[in-house]
Amino acid sequence: MGSGEDSDGKRSLPEHLERMRSRVEVGSKVPSNSEGVYYSGAYSSMGVDNSLSVSDLEKRLKVKILEKEKDRIVFELIGIDAPIANTIRRILLSEVPTMAIEKVSFFANSSVIHEEILAHRLGLIPLDVDPNLFDYMEEGAEPSEVNALKFRLKVQCTKVAAVPAEAKPSLKYHNSDVFSSMLEWEPIGEQAEVFGSKPPKPVNDDILIAKLRPGQEIDLEVLAVKGISKDHAKWSPVATAFYRMLPQVELLKSIEGADAIELKDMCPSNCFDIEESGKAVAVRPGQCTMCRECIRHGDWEEKIRLSRVRDHFIFSIESTGAIAPEDLFMRALQVLVDKCGNVVERLTESLDVSSAQARASTNKEHLSHLTRMSTGR
Amino acid sequence: MNGAVEDLAAPIKNAEDKAKLLPAFLQVRGLVRQHIDSFNYFINVEIWNIVKANSKVNSDADANFQLVYTDVQVGRPSVEDEFRAATSVTPQKCRVRDITYSAPITVDLQYTLGKEVVKQNGILIGRLPIMLRCCRCLLAGKNDLELAKLGECPLDPGGYFIVKGTEKVVLTQEQLSKNRIIVEPDSKGLMSATVQSSTHERKSRTNIIMKAGKMYLKHNTIVEDIPVVIVFKAMGMESDQEIMQLIGSESEFVEAFTRSLEEAASLKILTQEAALAYVGARMRITRDMPRSLNRTNLAREFLAHTVLAHVPVVEYNFRTKCVYVAQMVRRILLALGDSSWVDDRDYYGNKRLELAGQLIALLFEDLFKTFNTEVKKRATQTLSKPHRAAQFNIINLFPVSIITNGLESSISTGNWHVERFKMDRAGVTQVLSRLSFISALGMMTRVNSQFEKTRKVSGPRSLQPSTWGMLCPSDTPEGEACGLVKNLALMTHVTTDDEAGPVAELLYILGTEDTSVVSGDEINDKRNSLVYLNGLLLGVHSNPDALTKAARKLRRKGLIGEFVSVCQIEGQNAIYVACDGGRVCRPLIIVENGSPMVTQTHLDELKAKTRVWRDFVQDGLIEYLDVNEENNALIAVDEESVQEETTHMEIAPLTILGVCAGLIPFPDHNQSPRNTYQCAMGKQAVGAIAYNQHRRVDTLLYLLTYPQRPMVETQVLTLVGGDRLPGGQNASLAVMSYSGYDIEDAVVLNKASLDRGFGRCCVIKKYTTSLKRYGKNNLRDRLAPLSATDRPPGSRYEALDADGIAPPGEKLVPGSIFVNKQVPSDAALTDAMTGSVTEYRDAPVTYKAPVAGYVDKVVITSNENEDFLIKTMVRETRRPEIGDKFSSRHGQKGVCGLIVPQEDMPFSDQGICPDLIMNPHGFPSRMTVGKLIEFVTGKAAVFEGRFGNGTAFAGDKIDECARALVKAGYSYTGKDFFYSGMTGEPLRGYVFAGPIFYQKLKHMVKDKMHARSRGPRALLTRQPTEGRSRDGGLRLGEMERDCLIGYGASMLLMERLVHSSDAFTIYVCQKCGLIGYKGWCQHCKSGVEVIMEDISVDY
Repeated sequence: MGSGEDSDGKRSLPEHLERMRSRVEVGSKVPSNSEGVYYSGAYSSMGVDNSLSVSDLEKRLKVKILEKEKDRIVFELIGIDAPIANTIRRILLSEVPTMAIEKVSFFANSSVIHEEILAHRLGLIPLDVDPNLFDYMEEGAEPSEVNALKFRLKVQCTKVAAVPAEAKPSLKYHNSDVFSSMLEWEPIGEQAEVFGSKPPKPVNDDILIAKLRPGQEIDLEVLAVKGISKDHAKWSPVATAFYRMLPQVELLKSIEGADAIELKDMCPSNCFDIEESGKAVAVRPGQCTMCRECIRHGDWEEKIRLSRVRDHFIFSIESTGAIAPEDLFMRALQVLVDKCGNVVERLTESLDVSSAQARASTNKEHLSHLTRMSTGR
Repeated sequence: MNGAVEDLAAPIKNAEDKAKLLPAFLQVRGLVRQHIDSFNYFINVEIWNIVKANSKVNSDADANFQLVYTDVQVGRPSVEDEFRAATSVTPQKCRVRDITYSAPITVDLQYTLGKEVVKQNGILIGRLPIMLRCCRCLLAGKNDLELAKLGECPLDPGGYFIVKGTEKVVLTQEQLSKNRIIVEPDSKGLMSATVQSSTHERKSRTNIIMKAGKMYLKHNTIVEDIPVVIVFKAMGMESDQEIMQLIGSESEFVEAFTRSLEEAASLKILTQEAALAYVGARMRITRDMPRSLNRTNLAREFLAHTVLAHVPVVEYNFRTKCVYVAQMVRRILLALGDSSWVDDRDYYGNKRLELAGQLIALLFEDLFKTFNTEVKKRATQTLSKPHRAAQFNIINLFPVSIITNGLESSISTGNWHVERFKMDRAGVTQVLSRLSFISALGMMTRVNSQFEKTRKVSGPRSLQPSTWGMLCPSDTPEGEACGLVKNLALMTHVTTDDEAGPVAELLYILGTEDTSVVSGDEINDKRNSLVYLNGLLLGVHSNPDALTKAARKLRRKGLIGEFVSVCQIEGQNAIYVACDGGRVCRPLIIVENGSPMVTQTHLDELKAKTRVWRDFVQDGLIEYLDVNEENNALIAVDEESVQEETTHMEIAPLTILGVCAGLIPFPDHNQSPRNTYQCAMGKQAVGAIAYNQHRRVDTLLYLLTYPQRPMVETQVLTLVGGDRLPGGQNASLAVMSYSGYDIEDAVVLNKASLDRGFGRCCVIKKYTTSLKRYGKNNLRDRLAPLSATDRPPGSRYEALDADGIAPPGEKLVPGSIFVNKQVPSDAALTDAMTGSVTEYRDAPVTYKAPVAGYVDKVVITSNENEDFLIKTMVRETRRPEIGDKFSSRHGQKGVCGLIVPQEDMPFSDQGICPDLIMNPHGFPSRMTVGKLIEFVTGKAAVFEGRFGNGTAFAGDKIDECARALVKAGYSYTGKDFFYSGMTGEPLRGYVFAGPIFYQKLKHMVKDKMHARSRGPRALLTRQPTEGRSRDGGLRLGEMERDCLIGYGASMLLMERLVHSSDAFTIYVCQKCGLIGYKGWCQHCKSGVEVIMEDISVDY
C-alpha cells in the first residue's frame, strides 16, 4: 500500500482509496460508495491533488459510439464526473427546444373525444421540423412565419358503399381512424419556399388521434410553436435520455467445476464463460445488467465483486424523431455553453468593473476550453 | 366403454378448472340476480296473490253491487302522454327526460253495471316502476348490440329503478327471521322465548318468559304477564297432566314447571271458562276490536289469531298452538339447564333478507287496499244518490293515481310507510351511485341491517362465522355503520318464497306424523325428531336420518325446489325444513363417497359450451345450501382436502369475497382492515363509468381521460367487467424517500407524466333549467334570443347562441350566462288571470362555479309536468395538482405532496423514470404485502407480455414472478439500481420499483379549496354563513378560542368573535347604564343631559 507515483510523475492514491474514488460497489443488499469525491483537497493529506484540471480532462475524455440508429444513439462517455453527465441528461430532457402544437382552433368536432383532450393529444405529436429555424413566440405576439407553423386537420367520416356489416370499421368507413398523417401543413408567409422539399410534418404518420364514425367530423387548425420541455413534456426532444455506469464483474476467487457451471447458468445476461481449464471467467461484463443474481445466494458475494466505473457512462439518447439523436447531444452542449455564458455575463454585470475584468478573463479562459471541448467532437 | 367410465370419474385436474364454474354461474345469474329474481317473483306471482286476497269490493249502499278482480297483469314499460296514449319507452329516455320507467298494472274484472254483470279485461289500476333487466323490462334478453342501440351500457347490471329520471336502488334489508322461536335472555336477564309471527293479515310478537321460577306469556295486547298455564287452560287444555306431557314428563321438566302449575291452581283457575275470563280481564281494549264480543270471546279471539298468529287455529281447535307453546316452554327450560340451547340472534341462519320485490309487494298490498277502499267509497257515494243521471260505471271512477303516486313517491323518497304492518322505515332506497362502475355494482350487493346505528353493540356488528361464503368479510364501511352494512359475496343467492303446501305434503308422505295425532310423550320422546317447516311444527318423525336423506335426494333430483333447505340439528332432535324467501344460500359441489360429483368431463363439457350452469344443478352435481344446512355439511376447499365424510366442495375459494374485495389483487396477503379500506376507496375511484357515459346526463360525473386495464388483474375483475371499465391507471412506482414532501403517505408525482396524461380527468356537472307554465293561460317562461350585437365577445352573454342557449363547445367563465331565460313579471302574472298583456323580466341562468368550464352538451326535452327542460352539461378537464388524492388497490391512500420535473426524478439503468414516488414508511405498519406482490407480479407480467393474475388464493406465484424478473435482467428482489436525477450519482440504496395500479380518487383540491375575507351572513344570526358552497367563513372553534384565552390574546379574540362575526353597536346610557337609543335614554327619559356611548357587542 501507500501512495505511489504514476508515469506522469503525479502522486496516485493508495489502492483502496483509488477504488473508492473510481468505483461504485454493487452489493447484494445495498450499493456502497455511491457518491463521488469532488472536493479538490479531499486527498491533500495523501499529497494527492483532487482538483479538476482542464488539460487532464481533455486527456481523459473519450467518446465512443456503441449503437446508432435513426432515433437512438448509445455511446460511451468516459472520463467525466457524474454531475457533468447528468447536466447533459437534464438539459436533453428539459431544455433543448423543439416545435410542438400549442394552440388548437376548432371549427367542428363531433367526435367522441372532448376538445381539450383532442388538443392535448395533438400537442403530444412530435413534429419533424428543425426548431432552430424558429424564434420563440413572445407572449401576445401574432403568429408569423418566424415563430409558428400552421396545420389543418379536416376529416369527415363517411360510409363505404357495399361493405358487409360485420367488416372491420376501417373497411366499412372512410376515415374511421384519424392519424397524424392527416395533419396538413399550411405555410405561413414564405415558409413554403424556406422549407421547400422538406415540408414540416409529424414524425410518425401512424399516430392515432381519434376514431370517427359516419356523420362525425373533425375540423381544426393548429399552431405549433417553439418551446422547451420545462414548460410541458410535449416539447421534449427525447423520449428519454439516460446513462448508466459501466458495469464491472470481478472474480475474487477462482471458480471452477460445478460452481463455474452454476455461475454460468445463473447469469441471465450471459456474462460468464467457462475456460477449457474449467475456470469461470467474466468475459462479457459489459452485458451485466447488475441484477445481482450471481451474488444473491450463500457466499457468492465473497467470490464475485460487482461494481460500476464512476467516470464511465453509457449514455443513451432516444429521440422523438424531430432532431437526430447525435445532433441532440450537440444542441444540449450548446445550451450548456449558453448557460455558462449567461452565468459569466451576470457575474460580470454584478461585480464592479475592475475586479470583474480580472475574473472574467479567467472565466472566459475556462469557458473557451469548454466550448472547444463541446464543439470539437 | 370402460375408458369412458373411468373418464367420468377422473378427478378435476386443477383448481383453475373448477373455478371455471364461477364465470358460468355469474353469466346466468349476474351479480344482481337476487334483486331481479325477487322483482320477477313479485310481478309474476306475488302481485296475483295480493289481488286475489283482496279481490272483492262491495258497496254498503247497494247490496247487489260487486266488483271482483279475476286477474292482474303488469305490462311493458311505457310512457303516457297528455292524452293517455302510451308509447314504449327506453330506460335511457327516462333518465334523460326525468320521467319514471314504469309499466301499467291492469286487471281483469267482473262488476255490476246497472242490473247486469259485466266482464272487462285490461283495466288500468296504476303504474308500477319497473326494475331494469327484469322480465318486463325492455332490456331483458337483449344482446350487447341491441343494448347499445337502446343507449344502454351492456355491462350495466340493472336491478334498479328509474323514478323521475334518477336511478334508485332498493337496498336489501336484513331482518330477524319471522315465525321462528328464539330463546334468549331478555333485557332484564330473564330467559325468554320470542316469536315474531307474520302472516299476510297480521304481525305480532309473542314472548314467553321465566320470571321468578314461573312462566308467563307476554304480549303487547295484554296489560300484565299471564301465567302460561292459564294460557294453556284458556286454549282448552285443562288437564295439568296433559300440559306436563306436552312439555316433557321427565322429572327435570316437572320440577322446573311445578311452580307454574301451582300458581294457576292458587289463582283458582281450573277451567277454560275461568282462564278466558282471566285473560279477557287483562286485555287492552282498542277501538278496532269488534264491539259485539264480550271479554271472554275477545280473549278467545286473541289467543286464536293474535298470539302466535302464524300457527293456524281452525274452528278454535287450539291443539297445534298448545303444542307450539309447550315447545316454547320446553325450550326455555332446556336453555336454563344447558346454555347450548340458547339461540344466537346474530347467527345468520336466523336472518332473512328482504329484497326489492318483497318490499314493493308490501307497499303494493297496502296501496291496493287503499285503492279498494277508495273505490268502495266512490261506489257507495254514487250509489247512495237517489237520482242518477247517467248509468254508474265504476271503472270510470278508478283512482289510478293512488297506486301510481304511492309507489313512485315511496321509491323516490325511500320512506316505506305502511300503517297496516306498522312499518315505518326511511332510507330504504338510495340513489344509485355512479361515481365509478364499481360503486354502482357495490351498491347493488349491499345489505342493510335494521339495527340502530347509534347503539354501541358489538354483536350485530362483528363478523359472524355463519356468514362464511354468504357475505363479504371485508366489504363494510368504517365508522357508525361498520358491520351493519354488509355486502353479498359473489355466489350468494337469496331465495324467494316457495310454496310450503307441497313440501309439507311430501314430509307427511315421508313418514312425518301430524302433532294432532300423537301424544305429548311421543312428541318429546328422545327417539323421535320434531319436524319443522318454516318454523311451524309439522309433526314428529321416528327416523330423522332417513327423512333428511330422502328429502335431500328428492331435492337433488329436482322433485322439490332447489332452494328448499333440510337441516337436522343434532342436539335438539329436530329437523328444520325451510322453503321461505329471503334465506341466503350458495352453490356447492356435491361430494359423494369421497369424490366430487363434478368431474373433468363435466368441466370439458362446460368449456365446449355443451353444458351450462343449470345443467349442473339439474343433474344433481351442484346444490344450493343455506346457512342452516351448511351446518350439516363438511365442506372441502379443494380436491386434496376431500375426506371420506366430506359432503361438499367449494367451487372457488375466492367466492367468499364480494365484488369490491374481489377486485383487490392478492387480498389474501394483506392485513384485513386494508382490504376493508380498499373496498370503500374503490367506490371513490375516478374511472370509466359505463359504455354510455358520454350520453348520460348525471348531476355529477367524474371520468378518467385515459383509464387503463390493470397490469395485475383478478378473476373477479374480468368477470364483472372491471377490465373494460377500469378505475385507474398503471403507474410506474418507486418506493423511496424523496424530498420530504412525501411524509404521511403523500406521493410525489412526475410532471412529465402529468403532461402526458397521467391522472387527467373530466368533471361534468349538470345544470337543469325548466321553462315553467303558470296557470292555464299558456303563460310560461320563455327563452330570450339575443342578436349577435347584444352578445359581444367579453360580455356575460358571449357564450349564448342565437336561440338563447349556450351551445356545446362554448367556454363558460364564472358569471357567464348559459340560458337566457325570461319569466313573466309579477304584474304579468296577475294580469294573466284576466288574460291581458304580458311583460317579462330577465331571469338568466348564470354559471357560478369557481373555475371555467365548457358546455359539453345541451339536452332540450320535456317531462310529464314541464314543457321544457334544458339540461346543460358543463365539462371541466383537470390535471392532477398538489393535494389531489390517489390510492393503490390496497387501502393505501395519499395526497399528492409534490410535482417534480422529470429531470429531477430518479432514473434506473434502463432509463425508467417513475410516474409516482411513494414513501417506504407506508409499508411496515400497514402490512400490505399484497401490494408488494402486485409490484413484482406486475413487473414480471410486463416483461412476459401478459397480464398478471392477482386473484385471491389463486394468484401468480411470487417466486415464479421473481424468476421472470431475473430472466429479464432485473433483480430477483424487485429492487433496481437507481441514479439521482438531481446529482446524477447512484442512489445509496436499491429502489423497489414496478408498475402498480393507481386510482385517482374523487377528492380533489379544486372542489375543496376555499377562503373568504368578507362575505354573506346568515339572516337570523348575522354571523358569517357556513360552508364553501355558500362562500362561508372559517370557524374559529372552541378549542382555538381556548388557545387564544390561554395565551391571553384578548384583542384578537374580540376581533374574531365579535368584529369579524356579528358585531352590533348599541348605545348605553352613561348615567343609568341601560341600553337606549342613539341620543336618547328611555330610562332617564332624556336625550340632553345623558351621554349615550356606543358599544360593540354580539348581535
